[in-house]
Amino acid sequence: MPETAEHIVKSYDNELKRLSALITSMGGMVESQVAMACAAVLDRDSEAAHRAVEADAKVDGLEREVEQFVIRLLALRQPMAQDLRLIFASLKMTGDLERIGDYAANVAKRSLVLAQFSVPYTLSGLAHMSRLVQENLKLIIDAIGEKDSEKALQVWRSDAAIDEIYDALFRELITYMMEDPRNITPCTHLLFIAKNLERIGDHATNIAELVYYAERGEPLSDIRPKSDSSYSAVARPKRDE
Amino acid sequence: MSSTTNDSAARPNIGAVEARSTAALTEARISVRNLDFYYAANKALKSIDVDFPDRQVTGMIGPSGCGKSTLLRVLNRMYDLYPGQRATGEVLLDGTNIIAPGIDLNQLRSRIGMVFQKPTPFPMSIYENIAFGVNLHERLSKSQMDERVEWSLTRAALWEEVKDRLTTSAMGLSGGQQQRLCIARTIAVRPEVILFDEPTSALDPISTLKIEELIDELKRDFTIVIVTHNMQQAARCADQVAFFYLGELVEVGTATQMFTSPRERRTQEYITGRFG
Repeated sequence: MPETAEHIVKSYDNELKRLSALITSMGGMVESQVAMACAAVLDRDSEAAHRAVEADAKVDGLEREVEQFVIRLLALRQPMAQDLRLIFASLKMTGDLERIGDYAANVAKRSLVLAQFSVPYTLSGLAHMSRLVQENLKLIIDAIGEKDSEKALQVWRSDAAIDEIYDALFRELITYMMEDPRNITPCTHLLFIAKNLERIGDHATNIAELVYYAERGEPLSDIRPKSDSSYSAVARPKRDE
Repeated sequence: MSSTTNDSAARPNIGAVEARSTAALTEARISVRNLDFYYAANKALKSIDVDFPDRQVTGMIGPSGCGKSTLLRVLNRMYDLYPGQRATGEVLLDGTNIIAPGIDLNQLRSRIGMVFQKPTPFPMSIYENIAFGVNLHERLSKSQMDERVEWSLTRAALWEEVKDRLTTSAMGLSGGQQQRLCIARTIAVRPEVILFDEPTSALDPISTLKIEELIDELKRDFTIVIVTHNMQQAARCADQVAFFYLGELVEVGTATQMFTSPRERRTQEYITGRFG
């Protein structure tokens, strides 16, 4: 849908701009929270870990602010069409962003525990995964601000790569644990960290679907290839004959 | 807060597809084909093609002067009362072109009833208001007429409020009651189609909701066309919504589609309050 005119009621436009600004600033906050959490793990930066954990309260506060603002908009403006879609999508996005913040905080907390162990192998797989997740997150937060459904589609399609790395990491970490039981504690934390990053990618994908729907007025189909097969990486589920 | 699942098939769909499937439109009761309408030399409707689905509510929206009320007036040939107004094209009711010459207007208007913006009760008793129209079309005994009056007032959700004062003047009713009386009067002749021309614009919010509830009830038996300036009313009442602008039908679709994902830019700008 092409760029449309402004509302006859100017204050409505201002409110929608404020809603977008709230979401964008929440996005920015979550983006840096994830960056700090990744640095905490990969660089063993405990300072960054603490900051990532502390940022969570602010993100939660913004979520509540968006929710209250949306309730007010729905009640007072009774939005239709693209406005309705934008407001609905914003409300859902704020939930996704809040979850991303939670996962980032969890990664940061685990990094503090992990720092007490010496890890005798490289974290290059995790570094690669965290780079992809952060790239996707940055792209989708740009897409929110620019209302860019093409960028959203790009994020939606590229989540499969993250899932694949997660599968590979899963197998790698299981192998370390089987080799030496002393690896179990650090590897379990690393597994959860990788899982959290993978979930962050999924929430970025959810946001991509919302950006697309808000802009285009039609849902992205549900056929996104999911390539997370870690559930069967070590032992396959038994089939009922 | 919700979390996502890994199983994409379990993810709820976010929009139009689900809604469309729950709001299927029925077959057309009235079909308008290539309709032009003129007020003298002024062309007020341009090549209109639209179907009004059977026993569903069609809401017609658009800014003042867009032609929606004109179309409503074509549907029961109100325009015949005014010299210089004429329609060309076809309006098919059960296959018959009702704007062709030779159509019996009295019979047509008993099949297609109309309710106006301002309640228009006759200055007579509540009972006589209903009986008046029925007497034009049918010969009923006293007891049959009593039954018909009770039936129409009940269908119009007014019976309980007036059953003890049927012989008192209709002018003593409140605005909302008067409008329901007019609806009762319209359905008393058992039409197939009811046209509503902004039926609640002169009513308070509670009376408005009562009329809307009534419309929802009436669509079980009648095909309903409603012109409204109130977008939320169209959203609440209509199964199908048609948007008119400058004498043209810009877009028609299910209410869900029109109010969540309109296809035309002009529709979108109008219903989101960006017009002009």
